[in-house]
Amino acid sequence: MFIRIPEPSLILLIGPSGSGKSTFAHKHFKPTEILSSDFCRGLVSDDETNQAATNDAFEVLHFIAAKRLAAGKLTVIDATNVQVEARKPLIALAREHHYLTVAIVFNMPPKLCQERNEARPDRNFKPHVVRQQNQQLRRSLRTLKREGFRNFLYVMSTPEAVDAARMERQPLWTNRTDEHGPFDIIGDIHGCFDELVELLKELGYGISTQPDGETVVEPPQGRKAVFVGDFVDRGPKVAEVLRLVMQMQKADAAICVPGNHDVKLVRALRGRKVNPTHGLAESLAQLEEESTEFKTQVSEFLDSLVSHYVLDNGNLVVAHAGMKAELQGRASGRVREFALYGETTGEIDEFGLPIRLNWTDEYRGTAMVVYGHTPVAEAQWINRTINIDTGCVFGGKLTALRYPEKELVSVPAHQTYYQPIKPFLDETDERSAAKIHAYDDILNIDDVLGKRVISTRLHHNVTIREENTINALEVMSRFAVNPKWLIYLPPTMSPTETTNSPGLLEHPTEAFTYYRKQGVSDVVWEEKHMGSRAVLIVCRDPETAKKRFGVAEDTLGICYTRTGRRFFEDTTIEAELLGQVKAAMDTANYWETFDTDWICLDCELMPWSVKAQELLRQQYAPVGASARVALGEAVAALETAAEHGIDVNPILEDYRQRVEAVTEYVKAYQQYCWRVHSIADLKLAPFHLLATEGAVYFDKDHLWHMETLTKLCQNSEGNLLFATAYGTVDVTDDTSQAEAIHRWGELTAQGGEGMVIKPLDFIVQGDQRGLVQPAVKCRGREYLRIIYGPEYTLPRNLERLRARGLSHKRSLALREFALGVEALERFVHREPLSHVHECVFGILSLESEAVDPRL
Amino acid sequence: MLLTISTTYSPATDLGYLLHKHPARMQSFELTFGQAHVFYPEARPEKCTAALLLDVDPVGLVRRPHGQFAENFALAQYVSDRPYVASSFLSVAIARVFGSALSGKCKDRPQLVETAIPLKAQVSILPCRGGEKLLRRLFDPLGYTVTAGQHALDRQFPDWGQSRYFTVTLENTCRLSELLTHLYVLMPVLDDEKHYWVGEAEIEKLLKHGNEWLAEHPEQESIARRYLKHQRHLTREALAQLREEDVQETGEATQAQEEAAVEERIGLNEIRLATVTEALKQSGAKRVLDLGCGEGKLLRKLLAEKQFEEIVGMDVSHRALKIAQERLHYDRLPEKQKERIRLFQGSLGYRDKRLTGYDAAAVVEVIEHLDVSRLAAFERVLFEFASPRTVVLTTPNIEYNVKFENLQAGNFRHKDHRFEWTRDEFQSWASGVAKRFGYAVVFHPIGPEAEDVGFPTQMAVFTREDSAEEIT
Repeated sequence: MFIRIPEPSLILLIGPSGSGKSTFAHKHFKPTEILSSDFCRGLVSDDETNQAATNDAFEVLHFIAAKRLAAGKLTVIDATNVQVEARKPLIALAREHHYLTVAIVFNMPPKLCQERNEARPDRNFKPHVVRQQNQQLRRSLRTLKREGFRNFLYVMSTPEAVDAARMERQPLWTNRTDEHGPFDIIGDIHGCFDELVELLKELGYGISTQPDGETVVEPPQGRKAVFVGDFVDRGPKVAEVLRLVMQMQKADAAICVPGNHDVKLVRALRGRKVNPTHGLAESLAQLEEESTEFKTQVSEFLDSLVSHYVLDNGNLVVAHAGMKAELQGRASGRVREFALYGETTGEIDEFGLPIRLNWTDEYRGTAMVVYGHTPVAEAQWINRTINIDTGCVFGGKLTALRYPEKELVSVPAHQTYYQPIKPFLDETDERSAAKIHAYDDILNIDDVLGKRVISTRLHHNVTIREENTINALEVMSRFAVNPKWLIYLPPTMSPTETTNSPGLLEHPTEAFTYYRKQGVSDVVWEEKHMGSRAVLIVCRDPETAKKRFGVAEDTLGICYTRTGRRFFEDTTIEAELLGQVKAAMDTANYWETFDTDWICLDCELMPWSVKAQELLRQQYAPVGASARVALGEAVAALETAAEHGIDVNPILEDYRQRVEAVTEYVKAYQQYCWRVHSIADLKLAPFHLLATEGAVYFDKDHLWHMETLTKLCQNSEGNLLFATAYGTVDVTDDTSQAEAIHRWGELTAQGGEGMVIKPLDFIVQGDQRGLVQPAVKCRGREYLRIIYGPEYTLPRNLERLRARGLSHKRSLALREFALGVEALERFVHREPLSHVHECVFGILSLESEAVDPRL
Repeated sequence: MLLTISTTYSPATDLGYLLHKHPARMQSFELTFGQAHVFYPEARPEKCTAALLLDVDPVGLVRRPHGQFAENFALAQYVSDRPYVASSFLSVAIARVFGSALSGKCKDRPQLVETAIPLKAQVSILPCRGGEKLLRRLFDPLGYTVTAGQHALDRQFPDWGQSRYFTVTLENTCRLSELLTHLYVLMPVLDDEKHYWVGEAEIEKLLKHGNEWLAEHPEQESIARRYLKHQRHLTREALAQLREEDVQETGEATQAQEEAAVEERIGLNEIRLATVTEALKQSGAKRVLDLGCGEGKLLRKLLAEKQFEEIVGMDVSHRALKIAQERLHYDRLPEKQKERIRLFQGSLGYRDKRLTGYDAAAVVEVIEHLDVSRLAAFERVLFEFASPRTVVLTTPNIEYNVKFENLQAGNFRHKDHRFEWTRDEFQSWASGVAKRFGYAVVFHPIGPEAEDVGFPTQMAVFTREDSAEEIT
């Protein structure tokens, strides 16, 4: 017997005890593919023949089977399976996972089973047990087909048949993982033959017309076209399109999946009663002109198409209406339904069209899914899915996605061949912008809570641990600004490696060395201001804020902290601040330069005391006050004792040094505090131009950022905007490094916090170890008193403080950087709020990871 | 920090015998958290001053082996006042360095130990949570003349105000062991903090060192409470033990007093929860949500009502949920009860499928904690997506605020309130919500009425309009 088994599938071995199931299973399947009830009995009771453990054993068996099916593995159930009740849950499980089911029946003579059982020392069945199983099997043979084994039912009735059986595994039709492309995936054509030919030419396909009028297509070297279906209906040249596509498929130049229109056409051609709406009438009329032979070919071709394909080692999935991760590469009616129609809520919208469930929002699969079906104005990536139906037949364009290049190529429609019921080309107009925002208003708890894996373009997947999302949810809900404003949060920044220079913890040399080792030769230094990090979004007018950000308030923008809180409780100060930046944008003519009506800036806002008032009063000032008095009194007492001839020298000198250290500490924090009466007392130092409409600036180097922002500061009227000092360093050149180190010395001697050192390019992917730190900070000796305590400079303290591990901090910095970039990229590419929010939420979650807060 | 002890007893240098430390040289002692030095700035027959100088190692505190000290914000910071102020570290140092003097032992001058001598102690510096007032209330009854100089937070920024640090001088004629005991107990009390884990053993320490004076001290309650780190059961036990040896009836009297004060305070909240519970019962709901359940006060009431078959508490704060779980004695509930109640973390700013399909939701004193700009999302999450048949929602009536004596005009009732509404504002918001989402709304007052300003709390009960047939 020749046994053909689809892979994957769920295979039930059916037969009484002693009929040879296990022996057969071990001959034809991998041990891990076989789930045996005896084995499970052993797992739960230490006895493979313990019938009392049957229920528990089957629970275990079903549990494991479910896991294997979820993972897409071929699975063999080695149990008697002679009762219909035993098979039922397994068939249900297969249905749930969209699996094909196979039955292999061992209908052996009862006597043979009996003899075999007697020969096995571990089997002590009474004869009636096997007899009963045999009866049940015979009854089953009548119903197996109906139960769900219609296509794959194999019955063997002699031991010789079992021995002679040959087995072949066949991949499912949807499985074409060994096709690696490259591909040109083409959207819904709907009879737009002329545009199709143009697009193919644009993609480099050679197209010629044979003397007999047949069009022959020659793909560029190694490439293949993939069609997402809906070849027919509505458009002018349905037959031509079909002829071309059929010819291409025949020549192995194309792969096709069916669309819902194609399927409906087949039914009409085969004489079924279908409603000739949505352009079907046009197809039928056009095909009327063609020969019966052609119509038969068409109907055979369309009927033979497989619901969807999994291509290129599982990295690419093509289906007409898309494919959820859990249905990819599976086989069931439900899978086919999804491929053709997608998923709908069962409701009808104002245009009489079914309301679609947005599966792409929830898509977390690893394969790229390319699909069509619902016309959109522009093909847009959402979670590794892209809809390339750009409504050619409705006067839009015909689009192709080049794979793996991810490049979009399209040709415009020559005319509007068919009026769409629902407008789809006006997504940029205000009405639908408002609609998107209304839809977008609501974030879903499932998008943020629990363990999260966020895929980013810079740093692969970033994993957020559940316990961190718990903290972030509270912060985000209670303290953060409206999520619509939160399009970015700045990453944490690691300091330089600890220096061994006497009296210091940090020094620029280590930063230069780090970047040199990473293969970066040019770096920039920027003065590090001691203020508070602020993210600023400034709009040209309140309408932009409403339209682009979807907020309700009348405002020019927002200023928020690195944890997403509103910077100013006083909204008048915020409004004045935004107004001044807007004025500078006006004067610098930047709205035009960047072709935008909003801008997002990364800044430092001074003084520190604005935001840190509480910290100063609760921690910094009290330590200064107590230390000053306590140490002063101690020195006085020691001096008195010394005057009286007591030898206190060993500690007196130490105490004097400590008094000095504390004085320096108080000076250090005082420098960063000044009283703020009005906006005139604030200073805002922008250092990154993060984003404007449709653009992020991570491809520009830091000199560009500093130059652009310096110009903005120069165009500002008041004193608010403050240009940051910066310079470049060649880390392979000693003189260049020495100059920067000298500057660092100067800056910190004047009480400055220090420097931030960044590679010249905003984003540097290292040769081997991936992303390079986007910046490291190098803080001054006096400033660090605020971090490591007033007396950290005493040699006995410094020596111990040198032991500090940076790796966790650095890894966090990279993950947060990747998420921040991702959030902005997604925002400027108009991805839904939830996609931007998950990145920002991720950064906030990572901020609650336990890492040394002094770094 | 520095503690000096002076005497003018003649000969004053006998202080050296009492302290077991020779006046002519400095001695140093290793402690787990640093070093202590003892020296005498002056040692004349007329006047003698001993100094205990304590060096707490700031780096060692942060980089201590895990579990050595109690988890505490101040101890986890390098920028910490602990090395400079008198605290439980100093008490430990006194016990370690002046152990015999503390327990009143002296081989060389046995009768001097028992003698009251003129003593003066100076502490530089002593943190006083509760200010000079508390300082005096603690030391005055023990017969001390107290001089206290408070220090400014930062002389360059006078508007930052005063620190909680004082240089304190205490003068008394008493036994040295008394002075040391008083300091040993009361310094950490004033600091209101301990660097080590406080448990049962701490009661014993308190009673041992307070043996002679605590029973009569008018501040014994606050001393015990602070000394035992505000752990109620420890404080109760310590006071009970203290009073058993003393007068018994005072205990009952104070207890009754306490209760009255408490009742007055929680009155409004009780009424509110009772009203909400009643409204939920009236709605006929069987499966109810308490959104923003906090520490679970309403949940407890709901659990007591048989009508509610399924009760869900949701809060954005994981900590609050943990407390709620403890307050409900969740782990010890009988199976049947446990099945009725569920707690999970969630946020009213996010659509949440776990909230769908309930009969009613209580949203008690929650919306005023949301930014106005996020109310729109809240409305949709609750009324559009969770969409329970009934919503019972309460919020403060700002008009009533004038009736709260200790509430400053213009302030909200709670620091975290983002807004408080007048009756008009609340009713127009609620009516708008009802209209937009297809609910009918009825308003009820909660609490005692006051003329012109209405009731302290306002409640709205929303009923979904399509739900009439479901109920019947």
